[in-house]
Amino acid sequence: MTEFEPKIIGFLCNWCSYAGADLAGVSRIQYPANIRVIRVMCSGRVDPVIVLEMLANGADGVIVTGCHPGECHYMEGNLQAERKIKMLKKLISRTGLESERLRLEWVSASEGARFAEVIKDFTNQLRNLGASPLAGENPDKTILAGIIAAKAVAGASRLRTLVGRERTLIEEGNVYDEKVGQREFDEVMDGSIDAEYIRNRIHLLVKDKPMSVEGLAKHLGLDPKNVLRHIVVLRQRGLVSLDRIEGEDPLYIALEVS
Amino acid sequence: MLKKIGAVLVVGGGVAGVQTSLDLAESGFKVYLLDETSSIGGVMAQLDKTFPTNDCSMCILAPKLVGAGRHPNIQLITNAEIKKLQGEAGNFEVTVAKKSGYVNEEKCTGCGICAQKCPIEVIDEYNEGLGVRKAIYLKYPQAVPLVYTIDRERCIGCGTCREVCKADAIEIGSEKETVILNVGSIVLAPGFDEFDPNLKSEYGYGRFSNVLSSIEFERILNASGPYGGIILRPSDGEIPRKIAFIQCVGSRDAKIGNNYCSSTCCMYAIKEAVIAKEHNPQLQCTIFFIDARAYGKEFDAYYDRAEGEYDVRFVRSRVSRIEERPSSSNLIAKYVNDKGPVNEEFDLVVLSVGMNPPKHAEDLARVLGIELNEYDFCSTQTFSPLETSKPGIYVCGAFSSPKNIQESVAQASGAAAKVAGLISQEKGTLTTVKEYPPEREVSDEAPRIGVFVCRCGINIGGVINVPEVVEYVRTLPDVVYAEENLYTCSQDAQKRILETIEEHNLNRVVVASCTPRTHEPLFRETVRDARLNIYLFEMANIRDQCSWVHMHEPQKATEKAKDLVRATIAKARLLKPLPKPLINVTPVGLVIGGGLSGMTAALDLAKQGFEVHLVEREKELGGNLRHIHYILGSEDPQQRLTSTIKEISENEKIHVYLNTELVDVTGYVGNFRTTLNCNGERKEIEHGIAIVATGAHENKPTEYLYGVDERVVTQRELEEKLAKGDFEARTVVMIQCVGSRNDERPNCSRICCAQAIKNALKIKEVSPKTDVYILYKDIRTYGFKEDFYREAANKGVLFIRYDNENKPKVTQENGNLNVLVWEPVIETSIPIEPDLLVLSVATIPNPDNKRMAQMLKVPLTEDGFFLEAHVKLRPVDFATEGIFLCGLAHSPMFVEESISQACGAAGRAMTILSKETLEVEGAIASIDENLCVGCGLCVSLCPYRAIEKDEKGTARVIDVLCKGCGTCGASCPKRAIMIRYFTDEQILAQGLAALGRTPHD
Repeated sequence: MTEFEPKIIGFLCNWCSYAGADLAGVSRIQYPANIRVIRVMCSGRVDPVIVLEMLANGADGVIVTGCHPGECHYMEGNLQAERKIKMLKKLISRTGLESERLRLEWVSASEGARFAEVIKDFTNQLRNLGASPLAGENPDKTILAGIIAAKAVAGASRLRTLVGRERTLIEEGNVYDEKVGQREFDEVMDGSIDAEYIRNRIHLLVKDKPMSVEGLAKHLGLDPKNVLRHIVVLRQRGLVSLDRIEGEDPLYIALEVS
Repeated sequence: MLKKIGAVLVVGGGVAGVQTSLDLAESGFKVYLLDETSSIGGVMAQLDKTFPTNDCSMCILAPKLVGAGRHPNIQLITNAEIKKLQGEAGNFEVTVAKKSGYVNEEKCTGCGICAQKCPIEVIDEYNEGLGVRKAIYLKYPQAVPLVYTIDRERCIGCGTCREVCKADAIEIGSEKETVILNVGSIVLAPGFDEFDPNLKSEYGYGRFSNVLSSIEFERILNASGPYGGIILRPSDGEIPRKIAFIQCVGSRDAKIGNNYCSSTCCMYAIKEAVIAKEHNPQLQCTIFFIDARAYGKEFDAYYDRAEGEYDVRFVRSRVSRIEERPSSSNLIAKYVNDKGPVNEEFDLVVLSVGMNPPKHAEDLARVLGIELNEYDFCSTQTFSPLETSKPGIYVCGAFSSPKNIQESVAQASGAAAKVAGLISQEKGTLTTVKEYPPEREVSDEAPRIGVFVCRCGINIGGVINVPEVVEYVRTLPDVVYAEENLYTCSQDAQKRILETIEEHNLNRVVVASCTPRTHEPLFRETVRDARLNIYLFEMANIRDQCSWVHMHEPQKATEKAKDLVRATIAKARLLKPLPKPLINVTPVGLVIGGGLSGMTAALDLAKQGFEVHLVEREKELGGNLRHIHYILGSEDPQQRLTSTIKEISENEKIHVYLNTELVDVTGYVGNFRTTLNCNGERKEIEHGIAIVATGAHENKPTEYLYGVDERVVTQRELEEKLAKGDFEARTVVMIQCVGSRNDERPNCSRICCAQAIKNALKIKEVSPKTDVYILYKDIRTYGFKEDFYREAANKGVLFIRYDNENKPKVTQENGNLNVLVWEPVIETSIPIEPDLLVLSVATIPNPDNKRMAQMLKVPLTEDGFFLEAHVKLRPVDFATEGIFLCGLAHSPMFVEESISQACGAAGRAMTILSKETLEVEGAIASIDENLCVGCGLCVSLCPYRAIEKDEKGTARVIDVLCKGCGTCGASCPKRAIMIRYFTDEQILAQGLAALGRTPHD
């Protein structure tokens, strides 16, 4: 049997990592031919939604590389990238897809060998992990549903606002001139990821057919009490409404949003 | 008088020469950039990291090199030296001898196949002899120009390179040529040479394989260096555990005639030790030093971190000798500490070699007729630090005195300003502005894509099945034309691309070849010549990131190449023409602060014909210079001040506003509008740039009985006494670092050591019998100021060291001042009863900086000084375009350094003011105002302050300030920001195509 060859998408910043990858070439340092590079000006440009889109479409791995901290051509775009990837990994881990399929690395323009090493290592890691459950003709439906929900989460304003503000709040301080503790922030972030992820899962499920709280709870493996809370929020946001009542069970359905 | 010429010769292609060239070329002058080697980049291209930010040196330098290499008004002349000079300032004729590299610079594509096949190995100078290169070679992988050179001395003439070069670029017959250049001015930036450590035979360099020079060690630290970034011992390839750094090798050394301090070695040794520890945390690093000269901005904080966080050991002792243990090749360092003689064993010894003047300094000086100083560095004066002894010839960088990168770069921009002042009337007379045909409107057309796949000789074609890729490409949607080329970058291929675009009515072009980092500009120009917008072009990198890295897997490489080209085409289908609008520039400068720096910057701008508003808060010009009565080795500063003020008042281009403060600043680069409060009256001015030169203050101390006993004074107060002639004292004690290098202000105030020595020498001059004691932590008389330290010691000034644990104690007893100081050598406290106690107090930032920073939207350091855009390469720029910085507002510095920076700020400002319009980059962010909710996240994330909220509360991009990084777009909660040329749709289509998927809804 031939060894499984993962497909990897790499987002490389123009100034450090892309230059580092070029240097690997100039130095003829060999590495596996699995990566397909997309050049962006800054690692901070990599939108979480696009990363999830790659995974949803069967990429076995996605790697984002930027300048080392303190060396960003745009001062701190790489630090923004770091916060985004951290959030993304948390989000991905909730979908059932292995969060190791996403990786962030710093590679400078003089680290050709390191670039090759990183790619070799990531390729091997993915070889051991095996094909993505979303690759091929028959993707795992549950995980795909999870990634689609994650995409909606990553594209909506709540988490994007939190991620975008994270560095300032922790390192520079908030509007009260207080620095927010990383731990305190992580609690807020984790809670938001959980809530938004489940809400989007629910929203996607009731797009297909009306479902009850109990049905949703069973499908998602959650406490019905929890599901009901999210239904309340979804109704407040005008995303879900009551479809009909069947016996004891109200059934909910997604609203068409213009 | 001869007619002035609008061209400049820059001698030396290191970072200083490159900066000068870029500033001049951007300001409308034709530049010839000459380097004696085969490529530009200088020493900085060899460095691994730079202090105090540990930036990757190549990462920050390479974009500048590429910029210089492709600038239409900079002509690189490599392998060249000056033979003769005729003419005068404004019109020189320079005869240049150019050695042939035997490679046609136009034809060579830099593919490197020649070097691969060359059978001759040569010691590699770039890697300091630790690796090998071939007899036909490129100095380093990122070299500019990307042209190979034959090392004639080593080449055996086998002709293999000529055989394998598909571009037909090898021209064995070509000989030395002579080039005559007609230029208005010359800037010298030949840099320095490393001190040859063989001359310090006691350290065994050259005899013991594990004794290295600091620059060799720099290459070892580098990831692309000879050991791939792993620190190894040259003797046995083992990883060392204990490294010693020995300072002042070839510096502060009367025996070898280098009395001066090389100014940079303390910091680079600390950096090397820190980086080495980052490579290998188990490593023990010891630095043997005399005085730790961490005198620059934030340097002491770096030094403290090295000692505290990185556990670098500092030993204050001069190593007398290194011996080798033959069995292990380990090294024994012999030195003396406070307990007596020590023999300590190390695995590796790094010699921190000093800076020598460039080898050819004497020849250069003779040919050009300029004076050198006693150490053969270029001679300059305190008040004209950028001027050589010959009018029209300027100097910057390490050639005038040993200095670090940031100071070299500031001087480089300063020298550019000086040149521009001399030949400003000739601006734009010799530069070429390329005319392009009007762009064809393609927005309504369906994509018609042409694809050019490069074989790059055998670099791509030898691995990837290029015909197969071309065949495949033809099957892809919207591709109407595809072909392969031997070299897509060759001149004839450009012609073919141009014709093909016309013939097939192409409206998108894709080239699959090497890296866009070097070749995108070339192809963009070609499509522009063919009437297409440059953003309708895209590249696929199938060489550097494919054929070269998968050389042994041709099939996989071919598949990958197809994927990469398919992905690029998918993006190309979605490309849109992007406008590059022009904005007008108000050719007027605003200089904030009327001290020496502000006046200098204002004069340098006015000399170029720009109108300048010079704003001073006090009732007179002069700032701190008003209190300086003597300068070591300089003319009378007060006379100079008077003549400068006179020059300002007589210059009709300069409008001086005294008793004036800034009230409000709005606008952006090219178009600022500032409200002033002049004596209570409001006034509005419009300007294109602003220079912050607001100075700093002498701190008023709260210790050592200052303000309690009138015999306790500051250095400045002592200087006033000396100047007025009312100095009288039998015993004077000076205490250094009062209020500096402590917990409150961790950084050094830089100028106080030399200031103390200056005043001590003056005391010895007017009252030779007076005893002078200087109590210090480190004496930081860097550069040539070291001579005055030696002179003071020779004249009997007594230097006694103290540290923070044993600070001097000052008391008043029976009406007498009593200073008790711990003498570490004899281990006792010595009492001194001075008649005068002089405190060398800290230089503190202007308290108004915070308000000013908010108004101008620029940042401050933790200490409260202004923070430049980049410590190394943009030392006088702010990140906000169009605002510059110089003098004490930047950090404490000497008069000549303030002047250099002020000229530098003027030089940077002129690159904007010289243009009637600024061209806005096309690949930038744009905000959909219907989607924006005004949350302000993008405003806070943008490092360039390129986004502001309009009156409706909607975010708006100031196009001219945006650099297109895209962080705002990837973060916008409403996804309302589009990053042009890297739109979500384009990136997504590219990614999906790479995965073999087609984009769905």
